Amino acid sequence: MIEEVETKDAIKTQEYFVNMGPQHPSTHGVLRLMLELDGEIIKKVTPHIGYIHRSIEKMSEKDSYRQIVHLTDRMDYLSNHMNNEAVCLLVENALEVEVSDRVKVIRTIMSELTRLSSHQLWWGVMGMDLGALTTFLYAFRDREMINDIFEETCGARLTVNYNVPGGVMFDIHPNFQQRVKDFIKSFKTKLPEYDDLLSNNVIFRQRTEGVGILSKEDAISYGVTGPTGRASGFSNDTRKHKPYSAYDRVEFKEILMDKGDTFSRYKARILEMWESVSIIEQLIDNIPEGDIQEPSVKQVIKLPKGEFYQSVETARGELGVYVVSDGQKSPYRLKFRSPGFSNLFVLDHMVRGYKIADLVAMMSTIDLVIPDIDR
Amino acid sequence: MKEPLDLTPLTQSIHDYLLSYLSPFWTTTVEWVIIGVLLIAFVALSVMGLVYIERKVAAFFQLRLGPNRVGKWGLLQTLADFLKLLMKEHITSKNADKFLFNLAPFIIVIASFLAIGAIPFALGLQAMDINIGLFYITAASSIGVLGILIGGWAGNNKYSLIGALRSGAQVVSYEISAVLSLLTIVVLSGSLQLSTIIESQSDGWWIFKGHLPVFIAFIMFLIAGTAETNRGPFDLAEAESELTAGFHTEYSGIKFAMFFLAEYVNLFIIAAVGATVFLGGWMPFHIGNWAAFNEVMNYIPPVIWFFFKVGFVIGLIMWFKWTFPRLRIDQLLVLEWKYLLPINLVNLIVVAFIAMMGWYF
Amino acid sequence: MNAITSYFKDIFHAIKTLLTGMRVTGYYFSHARKEIITQQYPENRDTLKMFDRFRGIVTLTHDENNEHACTGCSACEIACPNGTIEIISDREEDPETGKKKKIIDKFIYHYSMCTLCNLCIISCPTDAIKMDPSFEYATFDRKDLTMILNKPGSKIRKDVK
Repeated sequence: MIEEVETKDAIKTQEYFVNMGPQHPSTHGVLRLMLELDGEIIKKVTPHIGYIHRSIEKMSEKDSYRQIVHLTDRMDYLSNHMNNEAVCLLVENALEVEVSDRVKVIRTIMSELTRLSSHQLWWGVMGMDLGALTTFLYAFRDREMINDIFEETCGARLTVNYNVPGGVMFDIHPNFQQRVKDFIKSFKTKLPEYDDLLSNNVIFRQRTEGVGILSKEDAISYGVTGPTGRASGFSNDTRKHKPYSAYDRVEFKEILMDKGDTFSRYKARILEMWESVSIIEQLIDNIPEGDIQEPSVKQVIKLPKGEFYQSVETARGELGVYVVSDGQKSPYRLKFRSPGFSNLFVLDHMVRGYKIADLVAMMSTIDLVIPDIDR
Repeated sequence: MKEPLDLTPLTQSIHDYLLSYLSPFWTTTVEWVIIGVLLIAFVALSVMGLVYIERKVAAFFQLRLGPNRVGKWGLLQTLADFLKLLMKEHITSKNADKFLFNLAPFIIVIASFLAIGAIPFALGLQAMDINIGLFYITAASSIGVLGILIGGWAGNNKYSLIGALRSGAQVVSYEISAVLSLLTIVVLSGSLQLSTIIESQSDGWWIFKGHLPVFIAFIMFLIAGTAETNRGPFDLAEAESELTAGFHTEYSGIKFAMFFLAEYVNLFIIAAVGATVFLGGWMPFHIGNWAAFNEVMNYIPPVIWFFFKVGFVIGLIMWFKWTFPRLRIDQLLVLEWKYLLPINLVNLIVVAFIAMMGWYF
Repeated sequence: MNAITSYFKDIFHAIKTLLTGMRVTGYYFSHARKEIITQQYPENRDTLKMFDRFRGIVTLTHDENNEHACTGCSACEIACPNGTIEIISDREEDPETGKKKKIIDKFIYHYSMCTLCNLCIISCPTDAIKMDPSFEYATFDRKDLTMILNKPGSKIRKDVK
């Protein structure tokens, strides 16, 4: 409803609607936000989703468990390895198969590389959303090295489909360790530049500090996970609470902030990059020997009857896979609990009373990937 | 000592030549036409050059190669873009105010053309050397915001309107700072006439002669000038990531090109004014008593000095643009009213005191 | 007094942070020749080497005798999530043993539907198909993307069971 607002000078103003998206530079895809504005002040935000809905959950019901994995690449395409891993871990747990240590370590390194590449892209885009166009290319320069690593070992840069139930598709490439070490070495010199360009920049600080505060209670009640929730002090790192793969054998901190403003969310991700670098450093030199595929997992996988749930920590938060199996070779029902979906709907709560420019900043710190939300 | 190349005899001889054939009225008219054509040609060429330079500079900041397909090193890229814009369809949205919608690009272009007329390119190469030159330039270039406001309103697009209103608030505020920082030099040189201001820098540019206060004024002018041209960290009127394209969202084809043209002409004007007032215009670079060095410097023609300095200022402004994030509208106004304006006022008083005591070189 | 000092402190801090940012971009600008990372794609075709495992297109490998290893078992067809592969098979009498044997008539591959997930390759029992690291398969006609992978006249290799 358009309401007439009476200001104290008795000038009648009118609230108006602006459709931000589905085609808009800062909605990062085909998200449509209905903004209810009073001047530049945002009164309400209504996200409209579904523009890139491809019914991945429904398609999964006709696909075999091996085939489902490649669909998950296309959900949150920036956390492709973690998505793959979620499905594979679920199948392995349901079949009660234990993969070899080698697979566990490879999966962990790959996941952390993916997290780094996702956070790098996010950093570049965050700068661009705030008007610093150069950050985007710097982030892509560093991301390129990770993509090369993926391309060499997995055969693809984005839709890698590297995990299979019971292991990984190929053994790591002979160059893999060297390349990862080179990347870590160069990225450690580049990461302080990120701080110089954005984190410490006075304009950036002004734009982000104290803006869009999300309290811990709200973060919990909205189910906001990932760095977005952790910036509000909500401890939700699946890697810590329900360790999977090799996360129980590495040391890392769960980044928790207490302010919950846009800058905390930004800083949480920057610190998470340092943590990922340290995890990779711990693992890269001691990849144990072992089978890359568990021989007991057959070509045609049939899960036992029942319900299964597996969650992993993607770059955006907790990705849950829930499968109801009726003993057939494809699931009866498969549901993805995508982190982006829960994180998006806290936007309205955060943004009320702030300006359009703040909305853009908040949206980029939530780090939305629209195919993840729509699936 | 060699004097800087003076172009006054050249222009004078053209004037005399015309006067020998025509009446004074027609002489003036013909001169106007010549100057108009020259300025349009200059503007068209320099904007093409500037767009190319901007794209190349941006590319180098961003680890890219920049335009490199059309022509050698992509030199013809902007020409190709211009031809493309020229041939594009004019789209006017259904409920747009057609008259104002078509008027806005012209206002903004006319404003920048008016200002460029008073800029001294070299000794004796200045279309109008009026005694209130600096005042005239600031006055003329501030008409441009009318074009932005009208364009943003007439397009009947909410994004445009927000952009236009932002730009209105921004330009009106930053005009004050720009003028106040220019006033410091007016106080020091005692004139608003640009040729006199340049003449007063024959023994050293103001930025060197005027100590810290003039340096502060130069920085203030750069900030305010960037804001006035809606560029760099102050591009709130366009704010690509917030308002898609801001005030020119609805414009396409050649009308969009006119906004684009005006943006770069304004950039050139701001840089030219900055170079003229603070960096000595076409004055060569001289160091105190180094007669030999100064002699060599004098051999470089004034036009080259002028463009070198303009290029320096433009480079600085581009560096700002490709490094900093954008401000929010309230922070933009806070920056002006709480920081730039008070500092400028204090600075002006200090400069006035320095000028009164004659403490500059 | 405190307010005034913090006012100036703010200004100096702001200038300092802005200059740090400009130093970073300035470094890359001045070292652009060394630091530029973009490649000029169509020009570098000759030097551009894709990684061995790069998944560009599915191919059926033929040796110099125009023989392949595909038995027409349809494992890849079943493994494919998108119905990309269609195998039309035939039965032919083996001249030596006299037994009827399954051979492929057409190995149809719909590239337009392929997601390059590699599942067909790992499911192949005889390693007959593999991923080729070639690219540039854009066409103006959709039907060009439907390919028959077995070459005309090709036969199954003798040693393949």
